[in-house]
Amino acid sequence: MGENGKLWLIFLVCLFSVTLLISPAFADAPAEAASGGHAWWFWPLVLLIVTFIMGIAAVLAGVGGGVLFVPIISGFFPFHLDFVRGTGLLVALSGALAAGPGLLKLNLASLRLAIPVALIASTCAIAGAIIGLALPTNIVQICLGATILGICALMLVAKKSEFPDVPKADRLSSALRICGVYQEASTGEIIDWKIHRTPLGLVMFVFIGIMAGMFGLGAGWANVPVLNLLMGAPLKISVATSKFLLSITDTSAAWIYMNKGCVIPMMVVPSLVGIMLGSFVGVRVLKIAKPAMIRWIVIGILAFAGLKALHKGLFG
Amino acid sequence: MENKSNTSLEATPEQLLYAKILEFGMFIGLLILLITFVLYAFGIMDPYIPVDKISGYWHMNVHDYLEHAKIQDGWAWVGMVKYGDFVNFIGIAILAGVTIICYAAIVPTLLKNKDTVYSIIAILEVIVLTAAASGIIAVGH
Repeated sequence: MGENGKLWLIFLVCLFSVTLLISPAFADAPAEAASGGHAWWFWPLVLLIVTFIMGIAAVLAGVGGGVLFVPIISGFFPFHLDFVRGTGLLVALSGALAAGPGLLKLNLASLRLAIPVALIASTCAIAGAIIGLALPTNIVQICLGATILGICALMLVAKKSEFPDVPKADRLSSALRICGVYQEASTGEIIDWKIHRTPLGLVMFVFIGIMAGMFGLGAGWANVPVLNLLMGAPLKISVATSKFLLSITDTSAAWIYMNKGCVIPMMVVPSLVGIMLGSFVGVRVLKIAKPAMIRWIVIGILAFAGLKALHKGLFG
Repeated sequence: MENKSNTSLEATPEQLLYAKILEFGMFIGLLILLITFVLYAFGIMDPYIPVDKISGYWHMNVHDYLEHAKIQDGWAWVGMVKYGDFVNFIGIAILAGVTIICYAAIVPTLLKNKDTVYSIIAILEVIVLTAAASGIIAVGH
């Protein structure tokens, strides 16, 4: 068996074992029954293992940890959605904080592009968090399920453009001087970039912010297509700026959840450590794995988690 | 308006300043969070909710959790940092608060560069994030 085969086997065995451990019937049982037979550290340990695998899968599939965390953990663990969303935001925030400084220093994340976008997204994330915490849980579950299925569809159909064609910067981006230069490491080419359709892009961040706050998902899945395909920023700039943006958008929503009491350290810390360690390993695995295949698996798991959220919301 | 900062391969001074503070805050926040979690999980500091009882709460919605555990929301955790579980909030608050400091720190540079629009946006962002952090925005089920 080749190196790839072994990796695949390990990945699938881990996934299978953990799925068995956290089967839906088990997770749906009342907390007393669910935790009655286990030591206190059982669920935090399972959370650590699952988030570790999630961290690897997220890197390989090119998605953020937050978008995997909320649907999977809320679907298959005995935690209430309120705490899962609070933790999910902190998971996405920590990932963004870890990556942000490096991306800014390399000039791949553009502060100039992020600042106006972040003001809209973070303000709307507060509104999203308020809406999400005010609505009945089953309604949020239904909306979450529908959103996750929408994300799966987006992951299936959305194309990416390495260097989008931007014939002319629009007036707003010119006035704000949103443009830049970076060196493409693979070719050594100097890339001059500018953006267009800025007003429409900013409007899109109203919805992105609301969804990020409402579901605690992070928002990289939406940031990148808007920055890259709609506004015309190069793919590398879009991905890096999106990652950095999460550190601002998720900050505002995270404070709302934290002030509301939706943070349980016994959930937060294992999740943060698991995702971060998984991401480190994921970056190394990326060199030998086949990301396209893993992306399909992640889409499949997300679709299943989305259906599960819909089911929970509709039938309790 | 000066445009040279945007056409250089190098990051602008305010971007580098922002990155430096973000990096420092992230390391400090994460370090404190890990240390305090060890104090909590290994029983070095007594928790408010015993670790073997926490699973009885996390299936509840947040309203019921706060009511059953007799915990106040907002910044009430500051008065409870003597407990192993609540001391973890120090690290979490640093991670969630460092962005506010980053924004506040770049405002003088933006003003110095006569970048009025971005100065205003940055100040507005500080206000928005501070309002979110302050707990004045009330929500509930």
